Amino acid sequence: MDVVYRLLPESLPSWIAVALSAAIPAIILITLMALGPILYVYAERKISGFMQDRLGPMRVGPYGLLQTIADAIKLMFKEAIYPAGADKVLFILAPCLVVLGAFLPFVVIPFGKYLVTADLNVGIFYVTAVASLSTVGLIMAGWASNNKYALFGAMRSAAQIVSYEIPAVMALLTVVMIVGSLSLQDIVAVQAGGLQNWLLFRYFPLMPVAFLVFFTATLAECNRAPFDIPEAESELVAGFHTEYSGFFFAMFFLAEYTEMFVVSATASVLFLGGWQSPFPREWTAWFPIRLSPLWLVGKAWFLIFVHMWLRWTLPRLRVDQLMHVAWKVLLPISLTLVLVIGALVTWGPNRFPWDQLAGVVLSIGILAYLVLTAVAAWRSRARRIKETAEMAA
Amino acid sequence: MATNLWTQSRQEDDLDTDEMIVNMGPQHPSTHGVLRIELRTDGEVVKAARPHIGYLHRCFEKHAENVDYPGVIPYTDRMDYVASMGNSLGYALAVEKLMGIEVSPYVQTIRVIMAELQRIASHCVAVGTYGMDIGAFTPFLHLLRDREKILDLFEWTCGARLLYNYNWVGGLSHDVPDGFVKACRQFLREFDRITHPELMDLLIGNKIFVKRTARVGVCPVDLAISYDLTGPNLRGSGLPRDLRKDEPYCGYERFDFQVCVGKGEFGPVGSCFDRNLVRALEMAESAKILHQAVDALEKMERADVKEKVPKRVKPAKGEVYSRSEAPRGQLGYYIVADGTAVNPYRVKVKSPCFTAMSVFHILSKGMYIADIIALIGSLDVVLGEIDR
Repeated sequence: MDVVYRLLPESLPSWIAVALSAAIPAIILITLMALGPILYVYAERKISGFMQDRLGPMRVGPYGLLQTIADAIKLMFKEAIYPAGADKVLFILAPCLVVLGAFLPFVVIPFGKYLVTADLNVGIFYVTAVASLSTVGLIMAGWASNNKYALFGAMRSAAQIVSYEIPAVMALLTVVMIVGSLSLQDIVAVQAGGLQNWLLFRYFPLMPVAFLVFFTATLAECNRAPFDIPEAESELVAGFHTEYSGFFFAMFFLAEYTEMFVVSATASVLFLGGWQSPFPREWTAWFPIRLSPLWLVGKAWFLIFVHMWLRWTLPRLRVDQLMHVAWKVLLPISLTLVLVIGALVTWGPNRFPWDQLAGVVLSIGILAYLVLTAVAAWRSRARRIKETAEMAA
Repeated sequence: MATNLWTQSRQEDDLDTDEMIVNMGPQHPSTHGVLRIELRTDGEVVKAARPHIGYLHRCFEKHAENVDYPGVIPYTDRMDYVASMGNSLGYALAVEKLMGIEVSPYVQTIRVIMAELQRIASHCVAVGTYGMDIGAFTPFLHLLRDREKILDLFEWTCGARLLYNYNWVGGLSHDVPDGFVKACRQFLREFDRITHPELMDLLIGNKIFVKRTARVGVCPVDLAISYDLTGPNLRGSGLPRDLRKDEPYCGYERFDFQVCVGKGEFGPVGSCFDRNLVRALEMAESAKILHQAVDALEKMERADVKEKVPKRVKPAKGEVYSRSEAPRGQLGYYIVADGTAVNPYRVKVKSPCFTAMSVFHILSKGMYIADIIALIGSLDVVLGEIDR
């Protein structure tokens, strides 16, 4: 916002300049981020397809690339049906609120040193606050639909998000205590200079646990499997959006995938260095331009991939088991982490001596594991194709 | 008006806390067809569940009285449409018993192969959709992929993929094609090496799956017997009762296989987990039978599969009850012949799914809504067979 303001000609009246400096980044961000779900939906369908030994969309465009665009157009032109006895005002307002809750956090998510709409000094607090707006939307959708399944979905989602917000915020608190600031830019700045400085590896092995708690809790907040009970399709038909069709349904979809990006981007900012490159500064100094937005988006996309991976692998938990995980597993862990890390920050060292080494070793290990798994999967697939062909011959 | 705190709190106590009636089905994604369940719920907890059946009633038994004996076979296919081979086999066995026809070992072996392939295909759907009910989508598609391979074999043999009209009275509609044995072996190799281990790892061994199913819908063995549960549902309760072992037909006594029972590894015996584990293990046992049957078939001389098929099926006056082990349990046919007509006087079917559904209202008491879905799936009912 400040950058845009400075770039505008000084001859403009100041109120126009202020308005423009707010509008321009907003328009760019909303356009880019609304296009994101098209990509994520395509990715989800392709990834699930490969995991399930099928091809996924192949018909519309090369490799089905235009499939989601076709779907989006179809959804926009479909009739919006209002169920009998529905509260029409709330029924329309609900998807708007959900989308609002998904898009508002983008105000503070930093994509680069200067690529941030507003670096609020209460940044991370703001993210958790506005992200909860979508819960209100979900409850409204469930109530306004005049459908018992939708109501079940709404109630479940309320209970779930209220429960999982607590461990998520506790895990986030550890980061805030270490950095000493709520601003997302400050949090990113602490993690400069390569992946050994990421907060993920601070106080090894305490912060990795905090990351796992945060990741699990935010996964539940996105209503994604294995925590997708609010829209459990085998139990509640489609949960809170059972009665929605056409464009309003598309808005729920948009919000779900945008929210996935928001929590993944937040997790990357908090633990994975945000827009910082994972390599030491000396290694990348020769490169003419900084790729900071790409680093953030890349890290977020990796986490989104993990979301999808989990969704297509795990069964769904039951309501009471979900609450059990939140209150009896995640909450005690995160509370302990807050206490221990608080004590360490106050009286202990800034970091453990083995942090950086552990970070490098762990990241190389994870990377090697992923690469080896991918290679093994690829080779076994090739072998299977070959064997099937041989057996058929 | 001054608010009275006492009455205010009283009013809150008087909040409407009636039980809610939720209608699940007949258009619900996981009631496995057109089953309608009336749930009386208190929040997420189900106080009572009453199943309503009959949405798929097609007067099978009345139809059977109006067509000749072979003409009933296509109708039997449409009862348990997930496992048609088992239905027509049961009917053919009943009429053969009524008429005293002995089919050749060649036909018997092919019947066993078809029945066991059908059992694997049927359990693929049962366990796969069960995974989907629990929320795991991927195993379902892996299993359907392999069911397709079986359906390809069936299509190759008799031209149909779902409703085969294959087991005729006194024989079969078609002989197996050339190369069937080889194709069958290829399927078995893929099944043994890939599908079954994958299923056991990805679904049955999954911790969340165990948590969701191991203490849910527990049916003790005495309840199972008193409600006449059969097949995998009864074996899941721990009773090793299998007609293929107890009253062998079609030469099942020649094959070496085990009867799988639920052992209650993660909770009480007879839970949803046990019923599904039995199905998953049974698939491997079926593959074992298939290996032996395919070897036996390879050694046999080709014979005319329609050799014993009567020109005109007109049994003498009498009645017969014959039962066989269909994938979903004991499928019984009671046929009365009056000796004058070419159509049966009466055909009554004892359906395994119907009896399985009858225990539903007892098992479902006090469950969560999510468990209702898990319970329906674990009983593995096919509405076509319940309603007929």
